[in-house]
Amino acid sequence: MVTNNVINDVTQNMTTPEQLIIIGNGMVGHHLVEQLVDNGALERYQVTVFGEERHRAYDRVHLSEYFSGRDADSLALCEADYYDVSGVELRTGEAVIEIDRNAQEVVTDQGRYPYNRLVLATGSFPFVPPIPGNDRDGCLVYRTLDDLDAIQAAAENATTGVVVGGGLLGLEAANALRGLNLDTAVVEFASRLMPMQVDNEGGELLREKIEALGVQVLTERATQRIEDGEASRHRMVFQDDKVLETDLIVFSAGIRPRDQLARDCGLEIGERGGVVVDNQCLTNDPAILAIGEVALWNQSIFGLVAPGYQMAKTALSTLTEGDIQFGGADMSTKLKLLGVDVGSIGDAHGNQNPGARMFRYLDPIKQEYRKLVVSSDGKKLLGAMLVGDNGVYDTLLQYYSNGIELPDEPASLILPQSSGAAPTLGPGALPETATICSCHNVTKGDICATIDDGAVDLGGVKGATKASTGCGGCTALLKSVVDHELEARGVEVDKSICEHFAHTRQGLYDIVRVEGIKTFTDLIEKHGNADTHRLGCDICKPAVASILASCFNEPITDAAHIPLQDTNDTFMANMQKNGTYSVVPRVAGGEITPDKLIALGEVANKYSLYSKVTGGQRIDLFGARLEDLPDIWSELIAAGFETGHAYGKSLRTVKSCVGSTWCRYGVQDSVGMAIQLENRYKGLRSPHKIKFGVSGCTRECAEAQSKDIGIIATENGWNLYVCGNGGMRPRHAELFATDLDDEQLYRTIDRFLMFYVRTADRLQRTSVWRENLEGGLEYLKEVILEDSLGINDELERQMQTVVDTYQCEWADAISDPEKLKRFRSFVNDDRPDPSIIMTSERGQPRPAQTTSH
Amino acid sequence: MTATALKKEMDMADVQNSKAWQKACTKADLVAFSGVAAWLETVDGPAQVAIFYLPGLRGQSDELYALDHHDPFSNANVIARGIVGDLKGAPVVASPIYKQHFRLEDGQCLEDESVKLRTWKIEFKGDEVWVEG
Ligand code: SRM
Ligand SMILES: Cc1cc2nc3c(=O)[nH]c(=O)nc-3n(C[C@H](O)[C@H](O)[C@H](O)COP(=O)(O)OP(=O)(O)OC[C@H]3O[C@@H](n4cnc5c(N)ncnc54)[C@H](O)[C@@H]3O)c2cc1C
Ligand code: SF4
Ligand code: FES
Repeated sequence: MVTNNVINDVTQNMTTPEQLIIIGNGMVGHHLVEQLVDNGALERYQVTVFGEERHRAYDRVHLSEYFSGRDADSLALCEADYYDVSGVELRTGEAVIEIDRNAQEVVTDQGRYPYNRLVLATGSFPFVPPIPGNDRDGCLVYRTLDDLDAIQAAAENATTGVVVGGGLLGLEAANALRGLNLDTAVVEFASRLMPMQVDNEGGELLREKIEALGVQVLTERATQRIEDGEASRHRMVFQDDKVLETDLIVFSAGIRPRDQLARDCGLEIGERGGVVVDNQCLTNDPAILAIGEVALWNQSIFGLVAPGYQMAKTALSTLTEGDIQFGGADMSTKLKLLGVDVGSIGDAHGNQNPGARMFRYLDPIKQEYRKLVVSSDGKKLLGAMLVGDNGVYDTLLQYYSNGIELPDEPASLILPQSSGAAPTLGPGALPETATICSCHNVTKGDICATIDDGAVDLGGVKGATKASTGCGGCTALLKSVVDHELEARGVEVDKSICEHFAHTRQGLYDIVRVEGIKTFTDLIEKHGNADTHRLGCDICKPAVASILASCFNEPITDAAHIPLQDTNDTFMANMQKNGTYSVVPRVAGGEITPDKLIALGEVANKYSLYSKVTGGQRIDLFGARLEDLPDIWSELIAAGFETGHAYGKSLRTVKSCVGSTWCRYGVQDSVGMAIQLENRYKGLRSPHKIKFGVSGCTRECAEAQSKDIGIIATENGWNLYVCGNGGMRPRHAELFATDLDDEQLYRTIDRFLMFYVRTADRLQRTSVWRENLEGGLEYLKEVILEDSLGINDELERQMQTVVDTYQCEWADAISDPEKLKRFRSFVNDDRPDPSIIMTSERGQPRPAQTTSH
Repeated sequence: MTATALKKEMDMADVQNSKAWQKACTKADLVAFSGVAAWLETVDGPAQVAIFYLPGLRGQSDELYALDHHDPFSNANVIARGIVGDLKGAPVVASPIYKQHFRLEDGQCLEDESVKLRTWKIEFKGDEVWVEG
C-alpha cells in the first residue's frame, strides 16, 4: 500500500518531479501516456495511472475481434512491459472512488494518492434504459472485454439474442451475437437504423441489407418491461403490447460520460452530462483536465477515438505549457457493419446548412445509396452519406475536409462510373494540409517531411508518424500517398520478389520468355542478386517453377525442376497435417461413371483411405502414405483417371450444373461445356489456383459468379464472367462478354488466362489481380476484347502450346523408375513411417492424434 | 525389442560415449538441392534423419547436411520434404507444413529462437554417405 506520507516526503524533495495522475487506462488515457513518454514529459512529471479494468489499455475500436479469435494480449495497445520500461506506474484493477480537491488527492480502496495535476480519462458507460427487468440475468452491455466474456458465457446455452439499440454499436453487437450462432434481432426506438448517421432512404436500404443477413430488425419499438418468457428466458413487452421472446439481451442504447467522480467533487458538468472543458482541455479547476469521451467541449461529446487522441495531444501541450488548442473534431466515419458499408461525412443530413443542395443516388438492385450535401453555389462539399458502398468515401472526405472545389457536375462523384473505376482524387491532387490519418492527426505534409527525412517505405512512414495505427481506416489512402510521394522523389518502390531477385514476378516472367531460360539455375546465375544468390528460397523457387511451367510446360517432376517445388508439387499430392497425402483425381465437370466410382471405392478400400466429396465436385482420398502413392496412382490411371492438380497452382475444377440435358430450365449443355473447358485448361500452371463454373441458365446452380471464370448459358450462347472468388474474401465475378459462341468463348478465355499468367503477382488470385489492375475492368476489356496491346495472337499461341503439350504428371511419373525413387519414406529402409498412426471414426480412418501447432 | 532393452542400450552407449560412423545410403539415393529421409539406429535410439545434398556450385565443394526429419511444429516426420534455399547467406530448409525455416548448419529455427533440430555429422566416403550417430 502506498501511503500519502511516503509520497509527501518524496515530493518535498525539490528535485523530484510533480505528481501527475491519470484516471482511466482506456484508449485516450493510454494515448496521453504515450504522448508524455515520447515528448520527454516524464522528466518533469511522475505519472501514475489508475485503470478500473483488469487489463492494460486495449483497442476498444476492434473489440469485436475478440470474438473472431483475437485475445486480450493481441488487442492490448502496448507491450506488457511498456509501463515498467517507461517508468510510468500503472495500477490496473484499481478504481478511483473519490477526488479530494482540497487535499489534492485521489482515493481508491487501497489508499490516497496526492496529485499536482490530474487528468480524467474515464470514458463512458453504456446507457441502459430504465426499463423494469433490465437487470435480469442475461441482460448485458457491450463495452469491455469483461462484457464480452459475459456475453459469450450467456450465449452458451442460448439460442436467441436481442440487441436493444440500432445505432453503430448496436449493429456491431448484433453481428457479434450472430457470430455466436444466436438467432438475432435488433430493436430500435427510432423509425430507422442508425438514425444519427443515415436518413430514411439510407436507413431503409440498411434494413433490407441487414434483414437479408438473417438479423430481424424491429423499429419504432419502445420496450416497456422485461419479464419471464415462455419459450425463452425473457420476454420483452413493447408499447403496443407486442412481445418478443429471447434468451439474452444486450443493451446498446447510447453511451453516457463517466462523470460521477467529477460531479461528486463539484467540477462543472454539462446539462446532459460530461465534464466541461475548454480549448486546453482544462476543467473549471485548473489542476484538473479531462479528455476523451468523458469530456464535454463546446456542448459536444466526441464518441470516437480520433478526437480523443487530439484531446490527449492538447492535454500534453497544456501540461507542458505548449499552445496547442483543441478546436473540435470531424465526426466523419466509415464503417463496415455486418458486412454493410456505411459512411457519413460532415453535415450528412444537410440540416445544419440552410440553402444547401442535395444530390441523391439510389440503386435498388445493387442496394447502394449515396447522398451529397453541397453548398448553395455548388462549389463545396458540406456532407455526404453512403450506404452499401464506401468506394468513394476517401475521395469525398478529402473534398470535404480540405475544401477542395467540386467538379462542375458534383453528381458525377456519386453516379456509377461507366468506366468501372470510381472517381478518385489522386494523392497528387491533395494539398499539403490534407489530413490523411485523423486518429494520429497526420497530414500529407507530415508524410512528405518524414520521407524527406529519410523514410524509404510505408513501414518507415508508419513508424515515424504512427499513421494508420489507430482505427486503420486510412490504410489505403496512406499507402497511395506514400507510394506517390516516393515515386515523385524517384525512389523506386521495392517490389522485389525476395532477397534473391531484384525483380517482380512479372519481370521474371518477361525475362524467362524473352531469353528462353528454361531452368532455375540458369535464371539465378544470369539474373539473381550477385551477393546473395546461390540456392534461392521457398518464395522464389516455386514462383519460378510456376513461370517455367506456364511457358514451357515440362513435367514438374523433371530433375531440374524437382528442388523448386513445394512438397505438394514434388509428390503431386497435398500433404496433410500428419505427413500423409491426399489423392484427388480429375473428375471433369463433376461428371463420373458408375465404373469409375467403383474403382475409386476399391482403391480407397485397398489402401485404407478416408473418402470425402469435395466442394469442387470430385472425390478426395485422404491419408495416403508416401510410399503408397505410386501404386494408388497406377491403379487409378488404369481405371481411366488422371491427376486432378489439387496440389498445384493451376486449374482446379470446372464446376457444372446438370444443364439442358436433364434440367427443365437449362438452355445450353453446361456439363458438356464444363468438360470441354476443364480438359482444355487442365495442367496450366498459373500464379495461383484457378476455378471455373458453368451454369445452364440464369438460375446459376453452378455458382459461376463466384469463380475466377464463370460462364452462364443464354438463349444465344454464353455469358462470360471473370475475376470472382470464394474463399477468404469473396468477390462477385464481373460480366465480361455476352452471347459468345463456343469458339469465341475459348479464344476469350485463352487470352484472359494467359494475360493473367503474364502479369499477376505470385499467389495472386484473379480477383486480387483485377482489383490491382490499373484501369480496371475497362482496361481488361480493351486488352482482351479489342486487342489494344496487339498481343492477342501471341497469347492465344501460347495457350495453344500449353494445351498441346499437356501430359498427366502422374502417368509420366509412374513410367519413370528414377522419379519413383522419391516415393520412399526412407532411402535406406523399406519400413513405412511408424509414427503415422490411424484410428477409425464413422467407419473410416483418420489420424490418431490431432497435433496442434 | 522392448523399451527396457532399448533403455539399457542407451545407458551403455552413454557410458562408452562412443558415437559410431555408419553408412546411411549412397550418393545415388540423394536428390540434388533437396532432401531425402533415412532411418538410423543411433546411440540415442532410432532416428529419422533428413539428409540434404547441395552439389558444389561454381568451384565450391559439395555440401551434405543431416538433421531431424521430425518437424516440431506439426509433429510430423516431413523435414526432408521441405524446400531448400538460403536466407542471408545461410542454407536453410522450409518445413513443408507450416513453413518455418531451419538452418541446415545447426538446425536452428529462424522464426523461433527456442527451437532447434538435432544435427549429425555427415560425409561422403567415396560414393557412400556416412553419418555419425
Ligand atoms: C478438399 C477441399 C475441401 C472439401 O473437402 O471440400 C479443399 C481443401 C483445401 N483447400 Fe480449399 N478445398 C476445397 C474447395 C474449396 C472451395 C470451394 C470451391 O472450389 O468451389 C473454396 C472457395 C472457392 C475459391 O477458391 O474461390 C476453397 C478455398 C480455399 C482457399 C482460399 C482461397 C482464396 O482465394 O481465398 C485456400 C487457401 C489458399 O489457396 O491459399 C484453400 C486451401 C485448401 C487446402 C489446399 C489447404 C492446404 O494447403 O492444405 C486444402 C487441401 C486439402 C487436401 O489436402 O486435399 N481452399 N477451397 C475442396 C477441394 C475441391 C477440389 O475438388 O479440388
Ligand atoms: C464495440 C465498440 C466499437 C467502437 N468502434 C469505434 C470505431 O470504429 N471508431 C471510433 O473512432 N471509435 C469507436 N468506438 C469508440 C471508442 O472505443 C471510444 O471513443 C474510445 O475508447 C474512448 O476512449 P476513452 O479513453 O475516452 O474511454 P475508454 O476507452 O472507455 O476508457 C476509459 C477507461 O477508464 C476506466 N475508468 C472509468 N472510471 C474509472 C475510475 N473511476 N477509476 C479507474 N478507471 C476508470 C474505464 O474502466 C475504462 O477502461 C467503439 C467503441 C466500442 C465499445
Ligand atoms: S442452372 Fe439452370 S439448367 Fe442448371 S440446374 Fe439450375 S436451373 Fe437447371
Ligand atoms: S484514421 Fe484511424 S488510423 Fe488513421
